[in-house]
Amino acid sequence: MKVRFKSVLISLIASSVLAANAFAAERFIIVASTTSTVNSGLFDYLLPKFTKRHGIQIRVVGVGTGQAIRVARRGDADVLFVHHKKSELAFVRGGFGVERSDVMFNDFVIVGPENDPAKVDVTKTVVAAYQAIADKKSIFTSRGDDSGTHKKSLSIWQAALKMVPLSSGAKWYRETGSGMGATLNIASAMNAYTLTDRATWENFKNKGKLKILFQHDPMLQNQYGIIKVNPERHNHIKSKEADTFISWLLSSEGQTAINNYKLNGKQVFFANALK
Amino acid sequence: MSDFSEAFAAAFALIISFESSLAEIVGLSLQISLIAVLLASLIGLPLGAALAVFRFPGRLTLVVILNALMGLPPVVVGLIVYLLLSRSGPLGTLGLLFTPTAMIIAQTILITPIIAALTRQSTDTLWKEYSEQFRSLGTRPDETVIALLWDNRFSLVTTILAGFGRASAEVGAVMIVGGNIDHVTRVMTTTIALETSKGNLALALGLGIILLCLALGVNAAAFLINEAAVKRHG
Repeated sequence: MKVRFKSVLISLIASSVLAANAFAAERFIIVASTTSTVNSGLFDYLLPKFTKRHGIQIRVVGVGTGQAIRVARRGDADVLFVHHKKSELAFVRGGFGVERSDVMFNDFVIVGPENDPAKVDVTKTVVAAYQAIADKKSIFTSRGDDSGTHKKSLSIWQAALKMVPLSSGAKWYRETGSGMGATLNIASAMNAYTLTDRATWENFKNKGKLKILFQHDPMLQNQYGIIKVNPERHNHIKSKEADTFISWLLSSEGQTAINNYKLNGKQVFFANALK
Repeated sequence: MSDFSEAFAAAFALIISFESSLAEIVGLSLQISLIAVLLASLIGLPLGAALAVFRFPGRLTLVVILNALMGLPPVVVGLIVYLLLSRSGPLGTLGLLFTPTAMIIAQTILITPIIAALTRQSTDTLWKEYSEQFRSLGTRPDETVIALLWDNRFSLVTTILAGFGRASAEVGAVMIVGGNIDHVTRVMTTTIALETSKGNLALALGLGIILLCLALGVNAAAFLINEAAVKRHG
């Protein structure tokens, strides 16, 4: 009995070590990206095409833009692929990244209750839509994290009210402190307005009584950029593999693949690296 | 109610189709949690028993701390392991962040206090009963620890299962140190979190049902083995 236990123990440990080695043998890079690219299903479509062509596995860690930047800053990712240009440029300026390139864009939309109490569907600009929500004191949920979406939302509030609603203690404005999906689940349960990227919304299954009420404002364009983490700062960065991935994504092959990705029959990401 | 029937339908469909991706996720979950339980038992069982047997200054303080550590928040453990294993952290050169090994480390830290504290508790009772005998026989303390653990082995199965339960059910720590990378560090609980965030509530709940069935299976197996062993050895 004791001998058997020992052999089981040894084989268990051996198998786990073997498994770890199998992982190490593969060529891979880590990409810190956002929940929108993961939740929309874009990577599931895109990455196998790249891996098939170049034999490099892409391991995506999907978190909010702010957190993704911190992961990359610590050297825990080889490539950063997010959507908040200002923070991305600051990342490169700080010497953490090598160079930033535009990859693609999608857009943000305001979703809210079907009956639209604040009547945002007749407003002409996103700023007016936000003002209408504030005037009506309709419930608005925002992520309240360090994500690109939340930063975008804050900049719209700043334009609409000359301040951010939380600082005024507005009861109708609620920060969920969680990701886009969780925030949409909450908005769906509370029948609230919220700002979301279109791709996540299209792939979201728990829409409840929510629908898109406002879209197509230049301010709502959502640009994605890609940056290689600086190998001079972190010498373990897989520079060659990262370059291969970035140039594939920016090539006509990668750009076409992005444009070909459809959700519910609709294109949700628009490649714009080749201008 | 339709949500729940949908969830059962989703769980059933998942099991019937037995997709290879589901098998991979279930396999990885089991592998990580079982190795973590094994490591935590190797540390926790002797540690708990030793705390029951040995008398030294500060022992009670240690017992209280150990008991408190049973309530370690997984997110905090995840964060600590993340900072340790991060490339900018003290163990960064190992390159273990976002690997299954990192998840095993986090879970081991999380459940070692549970196994150690529960072991100490049950060994303590046994020790109070037999300490006179051990003393009269002049048994060495290390032999005493081993003898008590062996004598207590049937009830320690429940202790180990408590550790397994915590390991297989937690999501906070493995999400942070594993990164929920598809085909690499995606396990049952992180998949459930991901599907919830996609609004796939029925699928998420369906996966939850499968996770529950797994836990049931492991517990039933442990129970049956235990019963058989009790019958054989009395």
